[in-house]
Amino acid sequence: SVNGEWRSSKVSTGTTIIAVTYDGGVVIGSDSRASMGGEYVSSRVINKVVQVHDKIFCCMAGSLADAQAVTNAVIHQLSFHSMQMGEPPLVQSAASIMRSFCYNHRDELSAGFIVAGWDSKRGPQVFQVSLGGMVLEQEFTIAGSGSTYIYGYVDAKFKPGMTREECLTFTTNALSLAMDRDNVSGGVVHLAIVTEKEAEKQLIPGNKLPVIQSLE
Amino acid sequence: MLNTSRKWQSPSGGFSFENTRRNAVLETSLSEKGYSAPKARKTGTTIAGIIFKDGVILGADTRATDDMVVADKNCMKIHYIAPKIYCCGAGVAADAEVTTQMMSSNVELHSLSTGRPPLVVTVTRQLKQMLFRYQGHIGSSLIVGGVDVNGPQLYSIYPHGSYDKLPFLTMGSGAAAAVSVFEDRYKPNMELEEGKQLMRDAIVAGIFCDLGSGSNVDLCVITEKGVDYLRGYDQPAQKGQKEGTYRYKPGTTAVLTETVTPLTLDLVQESVQVMDTE
Repeated sequence: SVNGEWRSSKVSTGTTIIAVTYDGGVVIGSDSRASMGGEYVSSRVINKVVQVHDKIFCCMAGSLADAQAVTNAVIHQLSFHSMQMGEPPLVQSAASIMRSFCYNHRDELSAGFIVAGWDSKRGPQVFQVSLGGMVLEQEFTIAGSGSTYIYGYVDAKFKPGMTREECLTFTTNALSLAMDRDNVSGGVVHLAIVTEKEAEKQLIPGNKLPVIQSLE
Repeated sequence: MLNTSRKWQSPSGGFSFENTRRNAVLETSLSEKGYSAPKARKTGTTIAGIIFKDGVILGADTRATDDMVVADKNCMKIHYIAPKIYCCGAGVAADAEVTTQMMSSNVELHSLSTGRPPLVVTVTRQLKQMLFRYQGHIGSSLIVGGVDVNGPQLYSIYPHGSYDKLPFLTMGSGAAAAVSVFEDRYKPNMELEEGKQLMRDAIVAGIFCDLGSGSNVDLCVITEKGVDYLRGYDQPAQKGQKEGTYRYKPGTTAVLTETVTPLTLDLVQESVQVMDTE
């Protein structure tokens, strides 16, 4: 690494991503760092929370090129599907399309995703679509390299049926803790809050993140 | 029916991998004798782009390296794509050059087909789709900058096909040196002269602090009004003046004897051909 081998390595998102359902909606969040070879930060403000439809978002983890290519393909297919059905797509449809890409090209891709959003049939939902194409529906989920540092925190602090404010605090704290410990996660926090009425995007700059010194 | 069936012909376009086996055999036989096969020439570069008040400024150094030897002291790394869209290329020199030329012709055709001036996003999308298709084997990192109906835009595209849209970008081996200058001094909505000075300083940081970058600074300023390609905007690494003279005065070495032998030459053949000068 003294010779700068990072230059010939892939751009990786090396990420922390999270999605949490609460009473009436879902909060989706990510950090903003893209790195190369674990040494060079190629972009410190990248947005890993991508809007694939009006009320459905998707978070990227893994190789940035693979994740961007798959996400663009999903946006394309989902918009067709939605036009054919004549109604907004289900979150499960988005997860299903994502899974078919990840599974059919599992030998060539190395990217994992979280698909989350709101639909009129089942309300707020979170799906994790991991590397080989497995789909799991959960009340909340974390993924990416930084997620390993916050499993304890999220397991201890999550409550089903939180309010919007409690959920935002929970998500921001979790991302902060992961960004503090993981070298390839960092930067700012990108958030998306999806409810029946609207999809709202927020950005919390690095110096406004919660500093967690003690947890009661 | 057999007469109508044709033998399957492999597609003639794209890359041909016929010589890969031959190259592999050559490499092993060379390495047995202690030699190494020639490597693809990389540009070992510093390229950068910024968005200023009226448009986009792209900058690049001008050194092309062949391992540890400077192959070209003044190569052009800012390539034309469309009248108001230019692209800086880093990585393998041939890949960057050919990729940008291909994109330039694709964009021209697309623009003729739509009847509209090309968009910077079109160039970016075509580039990243092609690079992703080749899974990183085309080793070119690119910065695409230009002005279109949506205003000034700047995109970076990495060899594996990932892309990014930012107000300032650096790529190449000198990226770390150049981005440090931007992180310190970049402000949105800078004036033209301020922007040119900042870009020049960033490329000079790459030239001095990175072994693979050197020679001159090239700038390309793209605004709504047009393009200003400033080749050789700055030459920070010029040869200095020698402080002393190192020539020996005539007579420093004493001449002891001198012998002159004239050579006798015989004229063997003479032929005159008259030139038709009408």
